[in-house]
Amino acid sequence: MAKTLTIEPITRITGHAKIVVDLDDNGNVADAKIVTTSMRGFEQFCIGRPAEEIPRIANRICGISSWDNHLASNKAIDKICGVTLPPAGEKLRRLMQHLTWIANKTLHFYFLIAPDYMIGPEAESRNVFTIFKSNPELGTKVIKMRQLAAMLVEHFSGKVIHPMAAVPGGFSKPMIESEREEILKGAEELLEFAKFSMELAKTEMLSKYMDFIEQIGVINTGFLGSITDDGSWEIYDGKLRLMKADGNCEDFSCEQYTDYIDQHIEPWTYSKFPYVKNWGEFGLQSDNSSIYRAGALARINVCEKMATPLAQAELEEFRDKFSRPCQYTMLYPYASLIEMLANTEQALALLNDTEITDENVRVPVEAKAGHGVGCVESIQGTLIHDYETDKDGFVTKTNIILGATHNTAAMNLSLKQTAQTLIKEGKYDQGSINRLEMVIRAYNPSFQD
Amino acid sequence: MALKVVEEWFNACAGCEMSILNTGENLVDLLSELEFIHMPFLVDHKYYGKTGEDSQLEIPEADVAIVSGGVRTQQQKEILQQIRQKCKTLVALGTCAINGGIPALANMWKREEILNSIYASSLPTEVPAWLDRVYAIDEVAKVDIYIPGCPPHPQNITEAINALLKGELWSLPERSVCDSCPTRREKKASSGTTKRFFENLTFSPEEPMDTMRCVMEQGFICLGPVTRAGCRGDSDAPRCIRARVGCRGCFGPIRKGAKPMVDMMSAWSSIGLSPQGVPDRRALLNRFIGAHNNLRPLPKR
Repeated sequence: MAKTLTIEPITRITGHAKIVVDLDDNGNVADAKIVTTSMRGFEQFCIGRPAEEIPRIANRICGISSWDNHLASNKAIDKICGVTLPPAGEKLRRLMQHLTWIANKTLHFYFLIAPDYMIGPEAESRNVFTIFKSNPELGTKVIKMRQLAAMLVEHFSGKVIHPMAAVPGGFSKPMIESEREEILKGAEELLEFAKFSMELAKTEMLSKYMDFIEQIGVINTGFLGSITDDGSWEIYDGKLRLMKADGNCEDFSCEQYTDYIDQHIEPWTYSKFPYVKNWGEFGLQSDNSSIYRAGALARINVCEKMATPLAQAELEEFRDKFSRPCQYTMLYPYASLIEMLANTEQALALLNDTEITDENVRVPVEAKAGHGVGCVESIQGTLIHDYETDKDGFVTKTNIILGATHNTAAMNLSLKQTAQTLIKEGKYDQGSINRLEMVIRAYNPSFQD
Repeated sequence: MALKVVEEWFNACAGCEMSILNTGENLVDLLSELEFIHMPFLVDHKYYGKTGEDSQLEIPEADVAIVSGGVRTQQQKEILQQIRQKCKTLVALGTCAINGGIPALANMWKREEILNSIYASSLPTEVPAWLDRVYAIDEVAKVDIYIPGCPPHPQNITEAINALLKGELWSLPERSVCDSCPTRREKKASSGTTKRFFENLTFSPEEPMDTMRCVMEQGFICLGPVTRAGCRGDSDAPRCIRARVGCRGCFGPIRKGAKPMVDMMSAWSSIGLSPQGVPDRRALLNRFIGAHNNLRPLPKR
């Protein structure tokens, strides 16, 4: 008899969503969907607010990627105001972003997904608390390392969650030498932790779960990410690159995003479905050519190289093993750890740059009518904040595409592929149901528009 | 025996849950005394059973429920009501849970206006429906402990949990951010008009915080006078002041029922500052407290 399974809430992710699996009369998967069950409406309530206040409102979009939203929002307003930041102002923004990424990648890898690999996909109790009980040394280490990265940001900038220290035109305060020294010391510790995490992923994920990685959640899509002018991996600025599944690339400025990306709406979920309109008509079939992915795997695919040596060595090893572009969904977390190495290396480079303690961190701005698009990468994917203002500098129009939203279609396809592979003739258990969630967790989604 | 905890998030952003993790080493100590039996962010308990076959939504019984976020959908309201039934003590964590928070800015519009604006003509219809507005937790269920902040300070979370472990209630003292702010005050603004934050404050970064003049007295917007203290923790100043920017009220009003709009007008006039230059006053002074009907759609002019 046909029936429906409702896996709700999807756990160890951010936001509100459920999996709905429809089984046919033979117990095979007829359909499987991810339903986002709530929405808050930031695009609406930013309208009417003074532009300079938006970075302190839009940061609340996500309590994890709040610095990324804060920065994309500030960049949109920088553009409306037509200002070029003082070098130290931009460097402080970049430093905060790298440090928060280290904290958040630690969260994603250890707190959200590692329980599935280290305790096992079928285990009765799979969570960070179980890791903590079975391996207190590792548990304590990850709690402390995430905390260290977070508190380096908090001590200097006032807040790691929902920040206010980036301001239109730059940064609200300069960094003094004693602050630089404190953060440098912490960042050196974090580099060792990033190396440790990379090796752990090789032993706990790659060596034990390769069959799983090759079979589960695999789909064929294009990719979106940011790169510098010379094609290096980039998260704060640069240009956008769309890579087709065959590896062909097209680069464009973030202002041009509407020339490429449109959004589709379905009646059964609050999440929108971005797609590349020049690649074909949108559809939720596995062979649809308009679907692309963003986030760690996408950035690792679209870049020509990493800008720092340790991350570059890992990228080369990754490409030797998995080619380019790599379509293995379950390697998102692994790609994310290559990025964590890059974050620590780039944070150290910024901290060793004497210019970072320059007192000139902000240029004044003024109320202006205009249109600005601010893009940064969030861990989940390319974040786009697009605002228009009136002559008094009040916001009149917005379009915000969250990093995770780019993956709405791809996640649904990965889920369906996994459900059809694992659930046959009415046979399933909590282990196979958890594997459906593992595919979604790999993307590090955030279901909260 | 460990205290059984249910943790749930509603119209929120995960910042409150991140703040729980930011208790850091204290969390390591607390873990032996707490058992999180439902916590979508970190633990796998499901509403409809492990394989999604149950027909009734089920929240486990617990000693304590900690909830973040306001109430936006009918489904969230039903989950909250069940949590209240199943848990002995209900903790509202964070300003969204207590006052609606930033997402309750949505209360300035009618529900349909927002949905139509975001989804145009293709409104999702098969999703949990929005309530007419965003509600604070205590508009739906009785709250025993309030931990304000956007996000709450980890130190306050640790204190509240330690109180719960002893079977006690906890609350933040009713003081203003100004009471916890070290900046130098001369009781008079440096000029008569309020400036928008288009340039940085004047201060010496190498000098201690108490050498910087009060943000309001420098002529910039700061909601310290009407905002509850608690964001400072053990540090040398409130969080925003540490970043050298003005407070925006994220800990909510100093006491329940206070009227920040009225109180802020007198704070401005007391130092000779005209509120005329303050843009978007209604949304600014209710930025974090739009629930409880503080923000509602205005008739079209």
